[in-house]
Amino acid sequence: MAEQIPFVDYLVLGDEPHLVVNECSSCGARFFDRRNACAGCSGTEFKKAPVATHGEVRAFTIVAFAAPGIQVPFVSAIVDCDGTTVKGNIVNVEPSPDHVKLGMPVRLTTDVIGADGDGVEAVNFGFEPAA
Amino acid sequence: MGSEDVYILGINMTKFGKHPELDTVDLASQATLAALDDAGVTMKDMGIIAAGNLMGGALPIAQVIQKQCGQTGIPAYNVSNACATGATALRVAIMSVKAGESDFGLAVGVEKLAGAGLLAGGSKKADGAAWERSGRYGAVAGVDGRIGTDIMPGVFAQIGMEYGHKYGGANFELFAQISEKNHGHSTLNPLAAYTKAMSLEQIMGDMMIAYPNTRPMCSANCDGAAAAVVVSGSKLKPLSAEQQRRAVRIAASVLTSDPYEEACQVLPNVNTLTRSAAKQAYEMAGVGPEDLNLVELHDCFATAELVHYDNLMLCEEGGAVDFFKSGAPFRDGSTPVNVSGGLQSKGHPIAATGIANIWEVCHHLRGEAGPRQIEGAKVGLAHVIGLASACGVHILESNSAN
Repeated sequence: MAEQIPFVDYLVLGDEPHLVVNECSSCGARFFDRRNACAGCSGTEFKKAPVATHGEVRAFTIVAFAAPGIQVPFVSAIVDCDGTTVKGNIVNVEPSPDHVKLGMPVRLTTDVIGADGDGVEAVNFGFEPAA
Repeated sequence: MGSEDVYILGINMTKFGKHPELDTVDLASQATLAALDDAGVTMKDMGIIAAGNLMGGALPIAQVIQKQCGQTGIPAYNVSNACATGATALRVAIMSVKAGESDFGLAVGVEKLAGAGLLAGGSKKADGAAWERSGRYGAVAGVDGRIGTDIMPGVFAQIGMEYGHKYGGANFELFAQISEKNHGHSTLNPLAAYTKAMSLEQIMGDMMIAYPNTRPMCSANCDGAAAAVVVSGSKLKPLSAEQQRRAVRIAASVLTSDPYEEACQVLPNVNTLTRSAAKQAYEMAGVGPEDLNLVELHDCFATAELVHYDNLMLCEEGGAVDFFKSGAPFRDGSTPVNVSGGLQSKGHPIAATGIANIWEVCHHLRGEAGPRQIEGAKVGLAHVIGLASACGVHILESNSAN
């Protein structure tokens, strides 16, 4: 099997792929990006915390025009994962308002987006409908 | 009138649309000279200039305007605050007058945007080279489109859908009806980029950009400039009766940024900072939403207009859909919204927008809006929001006795 790396730092691969946040040690605010300090309380200590892999679609759009290399149409969504808000694409669903619904339950999934010259595969995350 | 009061003495917006024969400096100069002329003063009277131009890169637009219209050695502030740039420039001029540092101030916003495509953060393509992490997420390629969308029509689509999810009643057809209203309003505005009414069928059947926003439901990229001259109350007093009558009192001038809330760094929260700006503005002006004769709000997308009915407290919390359906925001309704045609039809030359919406309100308060005049307009509100985010709210009051 080819070597795989996560598409972003906050995706953890392995048997149970999941997202991790930088959680502020003093106020609990959660961030996906590299931090200098906390936007909520200016604290500078963070710990890694896992994010729930199940969630509910709080908002979505179906994008018909996008940057080169991005397949359209695709579904972009804001997903409430047990209190942590996550942005991601909804995959494995027909990109139409008949099939994507507000409040729809979804679960995290992963997909290889491509390989570099050394054959190393980058793996991205998305959400798919959870029955 | 107290000396602490600040007034719009003169204001102008160029025709919005395509101006292939005019460059950024032409447009800015045209609006500047016309605003000075409208005010009945000259560049020599100005104590400060604040100006913005987002797409011009590092161009110091304030000094560039001075080079064309009058270099008098006054402090020049080049400001940048996304779509709130124009409002920010105006607010800088107002603050200078309020602080007693200037008697007269000039604010200008200008943009050349005709033919620009989707505005987004840009996306790197993965190619044959070894993966390399970059940015604050450590991504190995562009995240736009791979982890949700960063394009503005998509971001604001989600903002409207989120409101719909929370309160219900908002669907594709309702958002399209909002757009139909604004395109209808623009037929009376000769300075709008687009002045044709569009039917609901045309709007819903047009090219989908990011569901539920079709092309006519997105702000129109176009060229344009707007400029305003402000004056202190004490310096207005000795001016002519005509200048005093046409002056418009700035009853409130507020700028906010977004406070931290859960999720605000995932999907921009345009609600809290707008609500906060509106609340402060109403208190400052001593008026309530029910006192407003017209509102120009930041309908960068049809989905955005809906949430701002609520954020500006034009309706009860959660009541934006009912507010729209009641007919209130139509030009013959109880709170006319975007009688200029709004960003969807009048157009959105980014840095000019935050002054152009003030121009629209002033035009009505002065009773000079011609066929689209809101009769007897005394109080109006202008709102802009720029993502990242900044929100400007101005409440304006007629200064004429009648």
